[in-house]
Amino acid sequence: MFAKAFFKPQLICLFFLAFVLVSSVHEKEAKAFSGQVIQRGAVGDDVIELQARLQYIGFYSGRIDGAFGWNTYWAVRNFQSKYGLPVDGVAGETTKQKLTKASKYNEQFVKEQIRKGNEFTHYGGKPLEQQVKSSGGQAKTNASRPQNANNQPVKTTAANVPSGFSQNDIQWIANAVYGESRGEPYIGQVAVAAVILNRVSSPSFPNTVYGVIFEPLAFTAVADGQIWLTPNENAKRAVLDAINGWDPTDGATYYFNPDTATSKWIWGRPQIKKIGKHIFCR
Amino acid sequence: MFRALLIMILSIGAISTAYWGYREHQEKNAVLIRAENNYQRAFNDLTYEIDLLHDKIGATLAMSSRTSLSPALAEVWRLTSNAHNDVGQLPLTLLPFNKTEDFLAQIGDFSYQTAIRDLEKEPLNEKEYTLLEQMYKRAGDIQNELRSVQRLVLKNNLRWMDVELALAADKKPLDNTIIDGLKTVEKNVESYAETDFGPTATSMEKEEKGFSRLEGREISKEDAKKIAKKFLGLKGTEQMSVEQSGKGANNRFYSVSIQQPQTNSITYMDITKKGGYPIWVMNNREIRGQKISLNDAAAKGLQFLKEHKFENMELYDSAQYDSVGMFTYVTNINGVRVYPESIQMKVALDDGGIVGFSAKDYLSSYKKRSIAKPAITVEEARKKISKNVKVMEERQAIIVSNLKKEVLCYEFLGVYGKDTYQIFINAQSGMEEKVKKLQNVERVYE
Repeated sequence: MFAKAFFKPQLICLFFLAFVLVSSVHEKEAKAFSGQVIQRGAVGDDVIELQARLQYIGFYSGRIDGAFGWNTYWAVRNFQSKYGLPVDGVAGETTKQKLTKASKYNEQFVKEQIRKGNEFTHYGGKPLEQQVKSSGGQAKTNASRPQNANNQPVKTTAANVPSGFSQNDIQWIANAVYGESRGEPYIGQVAVAAVILNRVSSPSFPNTVYGVIFEPLAFTAVADGQIWLTPNENAKRAVLDAINGWDPTDGATYYFNPDTATSKWIWGRPQIKKIGKHIFCR
Repeated sequence: MFRALLIMILSIGAISTAYWGYREHQEKNAVLIRAENNYQRAFNDLTYEIDLLHDKIGATLAMSSRTSLSPALAEVWRLTSNAHNDVGQLPLTLLPFNKTEDFLAQIGDFSYQTAIRDLEKEPLNEKEYTLLEQMYKRAGDIQNELRSVQRLVLKNNLRWMDVELALAADKKPLDNTIIDGLKTVEKNVESYAETDFGPTATSMEKEEKGFSRLEGREISKEDAKKIAKKFLGLKGTEQMSVEQSGKGANNRFYSVSIQQPQTNSITYMDITKKGGYPIWVMNNREIRGQKISLNDAAAKGLQFLKEHKFENMELYDSAQYDSVGMFTYVTNINGVRVYPESIQMKVALDDGGIVGFSAKDYLSSYKKRSIAKPAITVEEARKKISKNVKVMEERQAIIVSNLKKEVLCYEFLGVYGKDTYQIFINAQSGMEEKVKKLQNVERVYE
């Protein structure tokens, strides 16, 4: 159906005109950036704009994904050094101003591509239509979005992850934590996640997260299939906290519920503290 | 007529139930056999790896030249890692098999450290040879015992699934040959591991993170409450409870929990008994939408540290997770970053409040330092870096090396292709201490 419409020349003209109109109006109105200072680790619309603008003038060649990682950091620094600004890799007031002057940002185009899940670039001096590689399929669901959605924040297509862990690793640990301790207070969930991580770094246990989680009979939640329950956001946050350095257990590698523990051996372990229903031990 | 029909229906029902039951039974058996096979594979692999390990350690004892010794030690390291992996797949967690795993880890550490060492400059010394001999002997003992268990398993058709069921049912597994055999293995290693490793081996075991360097007097429960109140800026009307750590704790500490009625949450905090230092703080209140920037939050975290007498800290890493900012701060002494002294902080991006603090690393590595002058210049150090890497940033830093010692280095941040690398060159010897690819943001897979 789409292909048919394109054969009509007047339609193409109309389409093109509309595009030019919309984009030019947009550029005039575009208030560049919000007031915040953008630094490494930030995510969101400002980062999308920062990346798109840097790409427009050739400083940034990575994906425009809305997450301020190392590549964005170097792009900002290179821009700062080229434009005679203090080089710190942080996009503050002056950097944003200079960048806004030096570049253009087609917010509508960029956000539309992100919503559609397309691979795209935003280089200046090259027709935008040529910079899109459609991922197909998803466009249908997004076509019904109202036009004025363009100023709404979009979901970033990349996320921060703690060093050495992927989002999937975090999800798996969260599954285990949720299965093991979903009735526990938040701190108890962080503690269970910490035990998993302590086991990974302990010589007495397997050396990988998956080795530890799936060690036969190590965790009841794995043995009885509760690990397949979908964890809630709390469990995931608990895992992130544990990975980022919070260990409420002082290095525990075992824990048990004194009401249900069947093994006598576990009572012999030196106990560290009790959190919620679990006793944590070495 | 009716009766005949009923009989027919009932018999059809009975037959199909029987058929269904038979299918279920078959499927269950198939699953059991598959699980059993996995265990058998792990166990038989383990015995095989230990065989190889024993042989390889034996071979290294007879070697003298560096060129053959280093690869042989690397091979030992690989085998221990494989064997360790196999142990992890056996259903032994309810059975104390830790000592054997520790033993494997120790052989692994030892062989790794000696394999990467320049044996031309620093050949194996006498103590290390003695150690290697002891490892050889012990590996031989383990090999023998595992083989006899393996033999019994074969002869009597023993099943690991039976072990698992026995363990799960918590029956006294009196007549279980597998468990008995493995217990002997464990006992043998135990008698060895505690005694023979001696002082040379201390660096091989994972360093226990203790706060041994902390100064100050022992504090009481009441003191702990006061410290928590001051550290968290409490009004004093909150409900607090304090508990002491158990006997198993490396560092004796108090656990304080504080009810916060206005946010309907609880703040947890651990404080060392000696000196009363806050180890970590965590609050789990609900955090609403983002109001302040990551940058402002980082400044708030730093301000907090300054107010609580953590001197010379600077921001090292920042990351936003939903509406929480996660920050790592490290000490900077006259331009030298001290990476082991790091503090993690969590700042809520709705109102900039501190919702998390962790000084575990800081407390276990903090000390008064006199930082030595580097023996080589930064230019000399830069020459040691691969030419493929474009250096973007440089500074001096103290890190913990692979041998778990603190070393002064030149730190370089560089780019190669689309990746960023952090490279540490030892400022005394010029050795490349660590090269780390820095984690970038990860693409979201939908």
